[in-house]
Amino acid sequence: MDMKVQKAKLGLKEKYRLMTRDLGWTPSYQPHEKLYPYAAYEGIVIHDWDKWEDPFRLTMDAYWKYQAEKDRKFYAIIDAHAQNNGHLNITDARYLSALKIFLQAISPGEYCAHKGFARAGREFPGVGTQVACQMQSIDELRHAQTQIHALSSYNRYYDGFHAFIQMRDRMWYNSVPRSFFDDAMTGGPFEFMVAIGFSFEYVLTNLLFVPFMSGAAYNGDMATVTFGFSAQSDEARHMTLGLECIKFILEQDPANLPIVQRWLDKWFWRGLRLLSLVGTMMDYMLPKRVMSWAEAWEIYAEDNGSALFKDLARYGIRPPKGWKDAAKARDHISHQFMLAFYQWSFGTAFHGWIPSEADLDWLSSKYPETFDRHYRPRWDYFKKLADAGTQFRNVGLAKLCQCCQMPCVFTEPDDPTLLCHRERVIDGHRYHFCSDHCREIVEHEPEKYVQAWMPMNQLFQGTSGGGGIENWMRWVNLVDGKDNGDFVGSRDQRNFAAWRGMATSNNGT
Amino acid sequence: MAVVALKPYPLRPVDGIEHYHGDQLVYWSWDHHLMFAAPFITCPSPSTRVVDFLEATIRPLIAADPDADRVDWTCVEWIRDHEPIAIDVGKSFSENGIGHKDLLRFRTPGMNTLCG
Ligand SMILES: [Fe+2]
Ligand SMILES: [Fe+2]
Ligand SMILES: [Zn+2]
Repeated sequence: MDMKVQKAKLGLKEKYRLMTRDLGWTPSYQPHEKLYPYAAYEGIVIHDWDKWEDPFRLTMDAYWKYQAEKDRKFYAIIDAHAQNNGHLNITDARYLSALKIFLQAISPGEYCAHKGFARAGREFPGVGTQVACQMQSIDELRHAQTQIHALSSYNRYYDGFHAFIQMRDRMWYNSVPRSFFDDAMTGGPFEFMVAIGFSFEYVLTNLLFVPFMSGAAYNGDMATVTFGFSAQSDEARHMTLGLECIKFILEQDPANLPIVQRWLDKWFWRGLRLLSLVGTMMDYMLPKRVMSWAEAWEIYAEDNGSALFKDLARYGIRPPKGWKDAAKARDHISHQFMLAFYQWSFGTAFHGWIPSEADLDWLSSKYPETFDRHYRPRWDYFKKLADAGTQFRNVGLAKLCQCCQMPCVFTEPDDPTLLCHRERVIDGHRYHFCSDHCREIVEHEPEKYVQAWMPMNQLFQGTSGGGGIENWMRWVNLVDGKDNGDFVGSRDQRNFAAWRGMATSNNGT
Repeated sequence: MAVVALKPYPLRPVDGIEHYHGDQLVYWSWDHHLMFAAPFITCPSPSTRVVDFLEATIRPLIAADPDADRVDWTCVEWIRDHEPIAIDVGKSFSENGIGHKDLLRFRTPGMNTLCG
């Protein structure tokens, strides 16, 4: 009897063909357009999906193997971290504020990226792109999970971690990342790809992950370092996917250029606004700092970014419109935000504080053009008030930008002594913006933004818990006196000092 | 321009004055006084006298600034949507034509201890 000889192993090329491109088919029951109803309405023209080159040619079987291995390593270290009281190895409990912001604002963003890429994987008609998007979707789900697991070990000991899910939806400052991802996810698949796959993952992600992960390492936070490492090889893939997609779109048809350029302008600016929170963490919340936000911006945005846009110039792409204003804001935004968080700390689920003299000196040296002139006098005055026992609390609620939903803390691009005010009446209603660029985004698609759920406005409508600050706190799950307020005198500060004392000396009780 | 969508997608504003129980939103900003991180959002009744609201709500909000005590509401320069306007603070918001979601900036030239 003739036995069919089984080929021992498929070649890589053959395997890739069978496990990606060969999974597609030509529909016969339904027309193609009905199967992919979101592929054309954004105006992007694709002539030949087969021209899309998969940048990493990963097949699902290999993918599962790699990811399982990474998860095994990750959870082994997280277990050890929990068993050995790894939380006591961080440099100082002030560092926890950075983690709280990360868990409330960034990890839910990973989950949104998961949902968005799952949708893109369904909606793009090209099978190579579908498979790549599906892998990224699973990556992003894993990122959300590993971050939540890693940070849950801090939740056992410290305040402000316990309700990140509710706070993602209800806490006023979290409407910034939330609206960012909602905006991307309610775009079509091409805009989502340019927004998250390219602008966020490729242009801006290094600004988030590199400094944040090295900040974690500098400050003894093994849990965060571990999820950072575990995500790093995924991120390399995500960046490549974003870049390949944008090049593919631009190569397919010249009509795509103006649409893509507009998305780049928009998503660069939205991403910049979101990342100013990261700048604040880097400059103020890391007890041992890696580099300043300005330095990170110079390396990862200005240097790498100009190289990238030089490369894209052959497609007719120019640097994003907000590029120059972003550079002007570089030496200001982290200070503007920390000053704001300090005065509003009664309403944040992390602690604020006045930087120490040594920290202020560090900031002066890193921001020689701006800090002594504009920001140090304010910190000095806040300190004077705090020392006199009359700590400054700003109980006024803030005007928010209709686009990015940031409180309007930003100054005029060319005048750091004056807040930037922009407004526009659209169909009889007045709207306010933090900048020219946010205003332009809204003017282009007002239908999308006039329905924005603005936390401060909603408070006055009486929808957020029923009116009044106490109801609001209950509604956002903010525990007054524990999650919020000044770091000095906080439960986190006391507990960390006591537990570390027990771990490192005989003074424990 | 209009949003790109598969079918008509109307404007659906959610911040109209009808949601504010007879009151209206008014924003305030003190030019060149950056101790306060952002403009204030407030919700006065349109029939309130402007000066009453300023004394009851805005004065306490800005009290921590070393210049606050010297602010005389009848002398400040008012700006709305980048244009100077005259406000008779003895009259109400509606009598002054101050509408829902107006931003009122006030300037106090020569007065700047902290951010000069
Ligand atoms: Fe991720
Ligand atoms: Fe990613
Ligand atoms: Zn904005």
